[in-house]
Amino acid sequence: MTPDQSPALQPGIQPRASLWRRLDALSRRGLPAVFTALSVLLLSAPFDLPGQAELLSGVVLSSVFFWSVFRPASMPSPVVFLLGLLVDLLGFGPPGVMLLILLIVHGIGLSGRYGFARIHVLLLWAVFGGVALAATVLQWGLMSILAFRMMPGVPFVFQWTLALGVFPMLCALFTMMSRTMANPDRA
Amino acid sequence: MLIPLSIQSRQALDKLVLPLLVVAALGIMLLGQADRQLAERVRMGVADMLAPAYGLVVWPQERLHGMYARMRDMTRIGAENERLRAENANLRHWYDVAAALADENAALKANLHWMPDPAPSFTTGRVVRDTSGLYARSVLLAANVDSGIHKDEIVLDASGLVGRVTEVGGRSVRVMLVTDVSSRIPVTLEVSHGAAIMAGDNSATPRLIYYPQDNGPIEGERVVTNGEIDTLPAGLPVGRVHYVRPGQPVVIPAASLDHLDIVRVFDYGRASVVAPDAPGRIPLPRPGGALPFPFQPKVGRG
Repeated sequence: MTPDQSPALQPGIQPRASLWRRLDALSRRGLPAVFTALSVLLLSAPFDLPGQAELLSGVVLSSVFFWSVFRPASMPSPVVFLLGLLVDLLGFGPPGVMLLILLIVHGIGLSGRYGFARIHVLLLWAVFGGVALAATVLQWGLMSILAFRMMPGVPFVFQWTLALGVFPMLCALFTMMSRTMANPDRA
Repeated sequence: MLIPLSIQSRQALDKLVLPLLVVAALGIMLLGQADRQLAERVRMGVADMLAPAYGLVVWPQERLHGMYARMRDMTRIGAENERLRAENANLRHWYDVAAALADENAALKANLHWMPDPAPSFTTGRVVRDTSGLYARSVLLAANVDSGIHKDEIVLDASGLVGRVTEVGGRSVRVMLVTDVSSRIPVTLEVSHGAAIMAGDNSATPRLIYYPQDNGPIEGERVVTNGEIDTLPAGLPVGRVHYVRPGQPVVIPAASLDHLDIVRVFDYGRASVVAPDAPGRIPLPRPGGALPFPFQPKVGRG
């Protein structure tokens, strides 16, 4: 991981901060959020893929969790808020539920990041599994309360399983991204 | 940062952002529960903006699907011809029967001074997105709303009942399918002449409930709507009865609900009852004492 370095750690001789260079750095810093927003839009488009609706929450949860742990500068709280708003506007569930869950997952990632960023990736996967399970149970509970009836549990189990399965793949992709295209230090 | 702040106060502000956003999320949740109209309006606005893009996504898929179907048909064109010839002969017989019956029907109605039903007007639209999630079964139509689509109108495809309109936007219309968990359609069973309620449960086959216990549904009989709801005329084809296990009749919908393409929205011009709410919600009783769902008492109404 290469987090944004503090000015004190950066080399003294630097290329001039021209407009293009600043734009480049900005787009690299914004790439994780843009990637997540695009995948939300694509996953709610009519592609008729099996499990498309259930996959959406897994992808968003993984992305928010990963970037909150490894580079919160690219996934600040207001961006998480906007992403949650987007998910809630495109879905047709009760509004605000995914928003709240994303903010909570972001908060967990943010507060535990000094521990999480150091542990082995398999252990991180297990941590994410626990967080995603809690998020899914919370979602089920909120949905049931807001609709005044018990929601069937099986789709939520499916959703959690998909989130668990998609996390390692996204983890590999994001690690690669954070070293290459999404690395502001390479602007 | 525009305003110069000390490092401590900046850190304090950063710590405050997340709790404030969580409070805002809770507020949005409460607002969504308190004012459903607002949430529906905002969502239909977003869906309207995205409807053309979704149309672009659907178009190549449909072309591919059509090409694949045509190629598959090519391989068995001989057998298909044979089958069609046999079916054509059969249909010609039924055509004669139907023509004779139509004549007879017209003559009988003329004798009875029958008052004809008003011809329904309809609008045709393309299904651009399946908005079914974990909790609802619904689709989004791209339809020109200037042509006068209202809430609670009836949606049919080529072979049967699809659902009812629940939300109307500027360029798109949301339709709750008959398989949705909050869909309840009063139906008549054609052979046993029993009345029943077809209740969706988010599976592909809605259940039949409240059928007469001494006169149960018969496997394979046709299910049509009955005229209990004002906006839903009697006799629209819904599907066929099937028993998944003894004592548990379901309806296999006649409409191909898993692959909807072009549907028609009918206005039967009898909109005098409360339109259904968006799926996934419980209809709240409205002020004025009306019952929450279209089953209003027949007495005491104009």
